[in-house]
Amino acid sequence: MADRVWEVFRQEAEGDPFIHGGSVNAPDEELAMHYAREFYGRRQESVRLWVVPREAIVELDDPDLLQPPFDRSFKRPGGYLIKHKLEAARERAGSPGGGEPEGEA
Amino acid sequence: MNEVQRSEAFYAHVSTGGKVEADDWMADDYRAAVLKFVEMHANSELMGVLPERDWILRAPNLRRKLALTSKIQDEVGHAQLLYRVAEDLGKSRDAMLADLLAGKTKFHNVFHYPTRSWADVGIIAWLVDAAAIVSQQALRDSSYAPYARTMKKICWEESVHIMHGRDVVLTLMTGTDRQRELVQEALNRWWGPLMQMHGPPTDPATDRDLIWQIKSKGNEQLRQEFLSIYVPRIWELGLTIPDPELRHDEATGRWHYTEPDWDELRSVVTGHGPMSQERLEFRRFHRAETQWVRDAVLGAAA
Repeated sequence: MADRVWEVFRQEAEGDPFIHGGSVNAPDEELAMHYAREFYGRRQESVRLWVVPREAIVELDDPDLLQPPFDRSFKRPGGYLIKHKLEAARERAGSPGGGEPEGEA
Repeated sequence: MNEVQRSEAFYAHVSTGGKVEADDWMADDYRAAVLKFVEMHANSELMGVLPERDWILRAPNLRRKLALTSKIQDEVGHAQLLYRVAEDLGKSRDAMLADLLAGKTKFHNVFHYPTRSWADVGIIAWLVDAAAIVSQQALRDSSYAPYARTMKKICWEESVHIMHGRDVVLTLMTGTDRQRELVQEALNRWWGPLMQMHGPPTDPATDRDLIWQIKSKGNEQLRQEFLSIYVPRIWELGLTIPDPELRHDEATGRWHYTEPDWDELRSVVTGHGPMSQERLEFRRFHRAETQWVRDAVLGAAA
């Protein structure tokens, strides 16, 4: 009976994202669950575990697709620098100003 | 890109802080170096519980017994996690255990020595684990990412062991004169092996584990870090460190100490330590004794 590799994802608290914990080696789902509980849940550090056969994971790591060398700043809030424009617009409108520009940390 | 160029690009990647995942292409000698490093680490976790195991039945009270049992469970768990990392590099767990039991692969020097009293258990959990955590923390930056992630989990667990060990030592040091003597005697026994534990200084220009950033700090740097943190903590308890040369050189910022016995280190890790063969024999015995469990579990799952 050949062992299979199972990837374990754990959630630390209700509502948290699942994060990859590591992997276990087990011949079937039941034993994979037992091992996952031992290695990733023994210290009350998890509220839920996902145990997934490694071959079920489809990986995409092509930098041409994920990290294309084009400016993508228009997709992020930080891509919009409105401070000076907002000041100018307020000045033209005769507004008192002082409000925080939205979307800037 | 031909093989040579591919390898050159790979070495450049890991030497400049790049990370490698289990399924990534990697140069054969890098794979072999990581495997050797992780396998030795896994072996050490597995063999390291044997000196402590002797004290489960002799722990002074129930809480200590629970804590010690839990520590041992953690360490065997670390061995399992690390063998898992090593397996992905191409060597089966069975092959790794077979090589360990045949004396073909090594485990850390400190696990080749006997434990004489309960104070040894405290010194091991406090100072051996502390020396180990100094190097393990540096491994959280390893270029081999699955190893680095596993070290984060292991370091978190080891920090509990150090507190357990320090608590055992502090309890004895606030006890009777005889209890204090036991701690001093244990420290005298363990200081030599502790100073050898990180290994002789290596040349950073030729140490491939350093160049490829499998580990991020050299042996001597780790020893200096260990001394900086723990010597003051040992001295403040009124203990004497058995090295007349030991002092902090303010001018260089470094610890000066008697040269550790590197011949002893080489002899011990190649299976000639006082407990090397007895511990390996114990593992061989148990490997055979528990074969029926593996047969039953793997048979049932088939």
